[in-house]
Amino acid sequence: MEVATTNPNEETNVWGGGNKPLNASYGKMMMWFFIVSDALTFSGFLVSYGFSRFKNIDSWPIADEVFNHFPFLHGVDAPMYYVALMTFILIFSSVTMVLAVDAGHHMQKAKVTFYMLLTIIGGAIFVGSQAWEWKNFIKGEYGALETRGGQILQFVNGDTGKRVALEAFAADIPTSRDTHQSSNGIWFVDETTLPTYTVEEIKKGFSSNENLLIRSEKIDETGHKTVLSREASLAKINDAVAVVEGANLIHNEYGNRLFADFFFFITGFHGFHVLSGVVINIIIFFNVIMGTYERRGHYEMVEKVGLYWHFVDLVWVFVFTFFYLV
Amino acid sequence: MAHADQKLAIFRGLLKFKSNVQKIWGVLIFLSLVTTVEVALGIIKPASLMEMFMGMKLLNWIFIILTIVKAYYIAWDFMHIRDEKGSLKGSIVLPLVILIPYLAIILLFEGDYIFEVMNSGFVSWNF
Repeated sequence: MEVATTNPNEETNVWGGGNKPLNASYGKMMMWFFIVSDALTFSGFLVSYGFSRFKNIDSWPIADEVFNHFPFLHGVDAPMYYVALMTFILIFSSVTMVLAVDAGHHMQKAKVTFYMLLTIIGGAIFVGSQAWEWKNFIKGEYGALETRGGQILQFVNGDTGKRVALEAFAADIPTSRDTHQSSNGIWFVDETTLPTYTVEEIKKGFSSNENLLIRSEKIDETGHKTVLSREASLAKINDAVAVVEGANLIHNEYGNRLFADFFFFITGFHGFHVLSGVVINIIIFFNVIMGTYERRGHYEMVEKVGLYWHFVDLVWVFVFTFFYLV
Repeated sequence: MAHADQKLAIFRGLLKFKSNVQKIWGVLIFLSLVTTVEVALGIIKPASLMEMFMGMKLLNWIFIILTIVKAYYIAWDFMHIRDEKGSLKGSIVLPLVILIPYLAIILLFEGDYIFEVMNSGFVSWNF
């Protein structure tokens, strides 16, 4: 067989080690394969969320009731509007990224700079929005009781059917219970901040307010949470062992603990991707300004970070569906 | 990828754009439309879509299908898969299309089975 060429860079036969197999440069192809593996990681997360949800299909928290905040609208029930807004922001920053890539193909430095800047701003707004969403989720709104079996008991007004916050009815029983600190009390025993109320205060307040009912985790045939009768509520409240305000990795006032765990892990993992995407975009942004790619003769680097940025958007589309819509 | 050979038609050639920039805005409008439909359906929750179909509410199936539609257009037009070689397309899309539904089906069936066991067993989980 005769040698086709002496210069390896001019090898055109792909199987013979041509420099662009699949007609994609090395960096771009590796970015694609990283995206494939990252997509599998995210699908692992989302599928395990689905597993836990199917396992607790009759008691899973209803997302519309959990995520119903909107900035500057206090006390207004606004399910999903905020995440929809976040979705639009992310899709829009994806569009500016594509426009930057397109301008890069035409070697228009000023346009690439401008669109990259817009993309960074969009990403920053998204991360900020997610932080606000987390803040609301962690802080909680109404508070609830937790039973020994880990079930959440929430409170509703029997007349209006509206949720009632703990502070609206908790009785005041003076107590001398302080937060344990490792520096005093029992040696090296530490604990997190105590809830505002004790279980006894909630129980007393509940029995003196005749119109209060307990809302259990169980979902009825119409897709709403079951509200117990007054007698059943009075019996059920004796199972309570702890007061829960807000959510963390161990307790969750919205219902099943796994819901909060998956919320923190999935949106957190995604938010971390957005954050690192913003950082990478800023680096590329400054490279564009300094003319690195102008000198290099092509803007392929913008295209590669663009792929990553779109992937982050793509993942959000799925997180949005499975966490907020379904 | 040279910008000269970009494919500028979406919806199987139904909608042709004059330039790549126009196509990007066209896809944005389409994606926004789909998202708006999703949010509207999620807020209204039409009673006719609450029927169960293959183990899930009809509405949820619609959400999932619309999501996959959105994912397709993000990947194909924003990530330029449309302009890549068939072999690269396949090596990216096929592993995901095969592995993710495989994992999802196995785990969802398992989750449903565990629900049945816990639900019909003699052990009370509500205490």
